[in-house]
Amino acid sequence: MKTIPLTSRHAGLVELAFWLAVASSYLFLPDKLPLISQILIMGLFALSLDIALGYAGILTVGHATFFGMGAYCAGLLAKHGWGDPLLGVAAALIVCAIAGYLLSYLIVRGGDLARLMITIGVGVLLAEVANRASAITGGTDGLQGIAMHPLFGRYEFDLWGHTAFWYAFVVVAVAFLIVRLMLRSPFGLVLRGIHDNRKRMLALGCPVDARLRLSYCMSAAFAGVAGALLAQTTQFVGIESLGFAKSAEILIILVVGGAGRLYGGMVGAFVYMALHDVFADLDPQFWMFWLGIFLIASALAGRGGITGALSRFVPMGRPQ
Amino acid sequence: MGTVIFDGVAYGMLLFLIAVGLSITMGLMNYVNLAHGTFAMVGGYAASLAMQHMAVSFYASLVAAFLVAAAIGAICERLLFRRLYRASALDQLLMSIGVVFVSIAGATYFFGPAVQPFTLPHSLQGRVVFAGVEAGYYRLFLIACGIVVFAALMLAMTRTRYGAMVRASVDNQRVAEGTGIRVQRLFLLTFSLGCGLAGLGGALSLGTLGLEPTFPLKYLVYFLIVVCVGGAGSIVGPFVAALIVGLVDVAGKYYLPETGAFLIYVFMVVALLIRPNGILSRKALA
Repeated sequence: MKTIPLTSRHAGLVELAFWLAVASSYLFLPDKLPLISQILIMGLFALSLDIALGYAGILTVGHATFFGMGAYCAGLLAKHGWGDPLLGVAAALIVCAIAGYLLSYLIVRGGDLARLMITIGVGVLLAEVANRASAITGGTDGLQGIAMHPLFGRYEFDLWGHTAFWYAFVVVAVAFLIVRLMLRSPFGLVLRGIHDNRKRMLALGCPVDARLRLSYCMSAAFAGVAGALLAQTTQFVGIESLGFAKSAEILIILVVGGAGRLYGGMVGAFVYMALHDVFADLDPQFWMFWLGIFLIASALAGRGGITGALSRFVPMGRPQ
Repeated sequence: MGTVIFDGVAYGMLLFLIAVGLSITMGLMNYVNLAHGTFAMVGGYAASLAMQHMAVSFYASLVAAFLVAAAIGAICERLLFRRLYRASALDQLLMSIGVVFVSIAGATYFFGPAVQPFTLPHSLQGRVVFAGVEAGYYRLFLIACGIVVFAALMLAMTRTRYGAMVRASVDNQRVAEGTGIRVQRLFLLTFSLGCGLAGLGGALSLGTLGLEPTFPLKYLVYFLIVVCVGGAGSIVGPFVAALIVGLVDVAGKYYLPETGAFLIYVFMVVALLIRPNGILSRKALA
């Protein structure tokens, strides 16, 4: 099999081409804009999970906690008069960062099983709290009556999702840029080091727990931003955005795309959500069955999802 | 008060039956297995179908549940789980979630989405009043089953050669292998036994939890809490943890109907904060 070598400059071009292709869907797929906005948002959510799971190696099945928290945060702000979109995103970022940092003290100290359980437990707990506090959150009916102010006071959120698309596109792209910088910084390298060999990083004098806490905090913050974006672009927050099923779904999306790679989550989101859109009229049991088969197969093959498969065809050159 | 304690203990015994196999296999192989509820469901369906279509008595269907779940557990171990013992926790997690999804879809396809009908046998209907506590025969039977299985497992682990080999493998797998214990085969046996017990628990739970295709996902968190709080790799740990979980859950739902449903999660988070490796930590089998 012939492989195509790729230098880091080409990789940059590929990256640029990807974002241009997404942007061009505004022209070519105008009736699919809401779907593409949602895909972008799920891509950001998957990326946030990737920071914790793929890079830092924190096993978590409760990331919807922060997604939902961010969504409710932005949604509630908008419902009560502070409908400025950027304010909502900033508020979700800060709230989720704080919540993630506090929770990280619980999570980092245990082993894999304890981490898994605490993330599941806290997730279910919060979903239940949101369900009971229906006076504030709307309970199972979801949070309705979100009224967004125009972006920058000029661009109204229209019915066809044009403003929403560009808004989601730019925020997600900026978030990707930030995460990209972060993962290539010494901090990002430390995370990889911890993931690959925790003991050696300890021996090097690296404050492993503190770094893991910080990565979890960042991961939570970006998940919150993704949640806020979803709440603002759809102007609705469902109770299921907090639930265990959402956590499992985003984990699957990340794994489909390939964990531990910057674009893994985004690729996974495109494939998963597009397939879901196509097969939406089919029996949900059918979808679940094939999803299960896929998960078993991918775990047995252990090949790092779609981006992992791609990287075997296209080996990356060393960064110059 | 007495009734709540009684119901809590009965519920706890059920959780113990289902979760103890998970605890041993997790302790043995460090395997993050979320698919354990699937085997409980297999046992439940086996018992339910045997009673409906083959006119088998409830007690005989329990045996059938154990055998079918153990057999399917052994097949799954041989075909799927065995390949991932050395894989990362994430891969194990994904595969077991995949098994859960496939089993839910399969159960819905073959048996429909409705709760399986179940009528208690005559011998388990009715109740006795003992010291002011109304005790249903069915729940008494659950408690008896739990205690019998607990006692049998304790004896098996501490008194038999098989138990000694399992304990040795939990303590240090490589040394155990070095002394000539065939850990691979031992694990197959233990996994199958654990699945069988889960199947038994699933069949016993027909009358309380209700059996439907989403069973493995619905109660997954409860089994995991029991193992996690009790400490993977132990038998006493899950027993104690299951009793506490059962009591906390029933009492919470009874006394605080508004907030009681998530008392159990608060309990788990607090327990893991105090003892991150479980109340009886791993490497303390039996």
